[in-house]
Order: sequence, then structure tokens, then C-alpha cells
Amino acid sequence: MKDLLNRYGVSLTALMVLLVAFWLLVLVIVPNLYLFENSFRPYLPVTEMGGPKDVYTLKNYLTFFQSPIHISVFFWTVLYSSIVTTLCFFMAYPLAYYLSKKASAKSLPTIFLLLTIPLWVSEIMRSFAWFIILSLKGPLNYFLINIHLIDKPIRWMTGFRSVMIGLVYTYVLFMLFPIYNAIQSLDTSQIEAADDLGAPWWRIHWRVILPHAKPGIASGSVMVFMLSAGSILVPTLLASTNSRWFTEIIQQWMFESLDWNTGAAYAFLLLILCTVFVTLVMRIFRVKLSDIAK
Amino acid sequence: MTTKKSDWLFRLYLYVFLAYLLLPLIVMGGAAFNASRFPSVFPWVGFTLQWFVDLWNDTRLLNSFKNTVLVALAVVALSVPIGTAAAILINSLGGAMRSALYGLMVAPILTPGAVIGISTLLFWNTLAVPPGLHLAVLGQVSYIAAFVMLLVLARLQSFDRALEEAALDLGASHAMVLRRILLPHLYPALGAGAVIAFFQSIENFNITLFTRGPYDTMTVYVFSKVRSGITPTINALAVILITVTLLGALLVELRRRHADRRSAPASA
Repeated sequence: MKDLLNRYGVSLTALMVLLVAFWLLVLVIVPNLYLFENSFRPYLPVTEMGGPKDVYTLKNYLTFFQSPIHISVFFWTVLYSSIVTTLCFFMAYPLAYYLSKKASAKSLPTIFLLLTIPLWVSEIMRSFAWFIILSLKGPLNYFLINIHLIDKPIRWMTGFRSVMIGLVYTYVLFMLFPIYNAIQSLDTSQIEAADDLGAPWWRIHWRVILPHAKPGIASGSVMVFMLSAGSILVPTLLASTNSRWFTEIIQQWMFESLDWNTGAAYAFLLLILCTVFVTLVMRIFRVKLSDIAK
Repeated sequence: MTTKKSDWLFRLYLYVFLAYLLLPLIVMGGAAFNASRFPSVFPWVGFTLQWFVDLWNDTRLLNSFKNTVLVALAVVALSVPIGTAAAILINSLGGAMRSALYGLMVAPILTPGAVIGISTLLFWNTLAVPPGLHLAVLGQVSYIAAFVMLLVLARLQSFDRALEEAALDLGASHAMVLRRILLPHLYPALGAGAVIAFFQSIENFNITLFTRGPYDTMTVYVFSKVRSGITPTINALAVILITVTLLGALLVELRRRHADRRSAPASA
């Protein structure tokens, strides 16, 4: 702090502190406290707010724990988000390894440009593309029938299958780039040394490359899991009535029941879920928050 | 581990991966030119530009486009100064204070958008501020500022602080040190931060959905269209987005190759 004052003087330092305080207090901390506080309040008509009925209650949370459907949706959301994260890892790791250690340096910028094109086309367009592809009379079924792999069109958009296809497609790049960055900082001569000493390829990956890629894997997993569990677009677009996502229930509380308090309680549960996941990943991979947020 | 036989397998995987990423976009683009009323490429009914005409006549869409740009500009205007100030502040701190602040600052990136949206809505509601585009801006800034902070912080690592001391010793004012020495060094990060903030804001759906009130932004509008009556106008919009993206990508690639060619003789 003294350092800042020396360099930029009182008024500039005050301005900077003020900006940061506005961000952290007004935009981040206090709204979250309000979320927490509101989740313990009953849902009342405007006239009764602040009245005798406006007391703290656990009712909103009990609503969740007493409805088996919501609990199961929560459970499926966690499970399928984890599966999506795992799938993304297995898809991204070989490519990240190839790009960082084997691909020619000359073609890399072009490859990265091609890879990032879907990122520039918005998320909703990406999920909508799969909505078209997976439809009953869509190109995927047409193609599969034409190569005689199936003889009747498959109804893709039932259950969580289509949601997972959509989520993997939308978020796989968030796994690829952190792992690429992590492997890139590994000295290639270490891989060569292991190879010269006769280690088989899988052992090189297991003992040399994977340990080095840990921060990247951790940050990719956190991003993909969080984006998947918190996604509203993809599940709403690609899911059927028998496969609901936790965010859709939150959205229903907020906009259809207009019960913001129960909505807040559910949102808080989602927040806890993501916090627990992030903490767990940091423990397992023994990385710090600063390794993840890169 | 130079060139091995398994390399072609990796290369094949790269091509499959690229096809996997890009084919869906091509399918979606193709549907924009199909005369079928439902957005699809099969069966191919005939070539039409009708959906582009419909798109052009969609006043709600044009309005939502305007809103999107306004929100994005406001987000840039707020998150760049906030993120920069945060990076400078955190860079001058050390120890537990630094990690605590750092944790607080990156936490919004790791918070689901729905949670940010709802907490913003609830907080301003108690202050009797109705939902609307202004809340969408504030909600988005709360996590986009973190991206700017990370970018500027990375750039600060390569800053030689002795330059500031020298300037101060030579009698420069504090404002001059900031404007003439620190900020010019940060320009690349500030530019990148502004671009990322702009596109993140355009992309944003989760926060905007909860905070927007009665107003539309592009993603929210497209979302409501997809859910209600689907016509290939959305695909026409996608074609325009993809074309703009491709043109931008092409421009970047050409400029890079040009720069490569110019620097090649020097390094050879």
C-alpha cells in the first residue's frame, strides 16, 4: 500500500482502491450476501414484506430436500457434468499433447485459428447446430442410414444423451487450451530422456507428462464442470422433458413461480456444489487457486 | 521422440477433431439456404435467400442487436478500468493480503452465471432498482473485470518498476508516471482486455437472462426464438456471424503470413 502511495500519490491510489472496492463490495460480496440472506426468507406478497410473517426460515431449503425430483435432478446434473468433464479430458489430452510437442511450429497458428472459430460463434449457435444435427430427420440420422449403420432413425433427443453431446461440443476447447499451455512448458528433453532410458509411451505419459500437465488438467476440469453444471442454454435446447438440468429448475422458480427466495436457495445450492468441486479438484491435484485461474 | 510412426495417427486425430468442431457450423449454415420451413439440410427443398430477407425485416432482432452492443460497450468501459486498478493494487501487495484479494477477484470466474445473475437481481431489488440492461452490465462486469485483471497482472510481470522511480526522481508528477510510463507498457494487455470483455459480454447468456428485465439482447432473443417458433432466420443470422468470424480469421492469418515473410529473411 505504501508502495502505491509513493508511486501514484494519494488521489490516484484512492481512485484505484475505490474502483476495486466498488467491484468487490458492490458487485461481488454484498450481492452474494443478499443471495444468502434472501434464501432464508419466506416468499410473501409485497404487502406482507417486513410484516410479522417475514421471519427467517429454512423452508426454502426444505422444499429442496423434501422433493425427490429436485434431488434427483441435482444428482444427475452433478453426475453428467462429471462425465462431460471426463469425456472432454480424454478428447482434449491427445490433441493438446500433439499440438504442444509434435506439431510443426509453422502450422500451429493456423491450427489454433481453426480451433478457435467455434468459440467466436456464440454458444447458443453452437448448441443450435446440434439441435439441427440431432433432430429425428436430421443429417446425422440421414448419414447413418445411408452408410447402413442403422436402418431406422434414432431419436437422439431423449434422456441426457443429447445434452452431453451438446455440452462436450460446446466446452471441449476450455479443456484443450489449459492442458496445451501446461504441457508446453515441459522441457522436451525430459520426454526424450525417458524414451532413451527405455520407458514405453504410456509410462512416459503417466510418469512424466501427466504430472507436469496437472495444473492444466485441474483448470480445464474446473472450467468444464462449472460451465456444464451452470449451463442453461444447452440443456434447455437439447434436453427432453425427462432430462432436466438443475439450472432449469432455478429458472422456473425465478420466472414461472416468481418465488425469488426459493430460487435464491436453489442458486445457493448450485454455488455450494461448484465450490465443493473446485476445492476437491484443488485438493486432488494439489494445485493453488492461482494455478487454476489462468 | 522426433518423427515416429504414430505421428500420422495424431495428425489424423487432429483432422477428425477439426472436422468435429467445424462440420456442425457448416450444417447450420447450410440450413439457412434451404427453402424448407424447418431449419435442416435434409431434405434439400431448394435454394432460397428468403431467410435473410426475413432476418432483415425482424425489427425486434435489430433492436436486440443494438442493446447487445450498448451493453458490451458499457461493460468494456467499466471492466477495463476496474480490472486494471485491481491488477496494479494486487501487484503492490504481498503475503496473505495478496492471496485473499486474489481469491476474491477470481472467485466470480468460478461462480455459475445463474448465481451471479440472481444475486445481482436480488441485491439491486432491495435498493428498489428494477431489472434491466443496466443490471446486466453490472452483473457481467462482476466477472469480466476478473479477466482484465488477470491479463493486466500478467503484463505487469514484465514491467521494470525502476522506470517509475527514475521518472519520479526526475520530477514527474504521479499522474504523469501513470500516463506516460505505466499505461503505455500496459496498452497491449488493455487492448486484449477490452476485446475479451466485449466478446464475453456479447456471448453472455446466464447473467443476462436473470438481470435483463423486459429488454432483449441477441443471445436472449435468439434463445426465445429457438424455443418458440423455429424458422431458419436463426440460421441466416448464424451464417452472418460465421462469415464475419471467418473474414476476421482470414485477415489475422494473412497479416500473420505477411509478417512472417517479412521477418523470415532477417532470421535466416
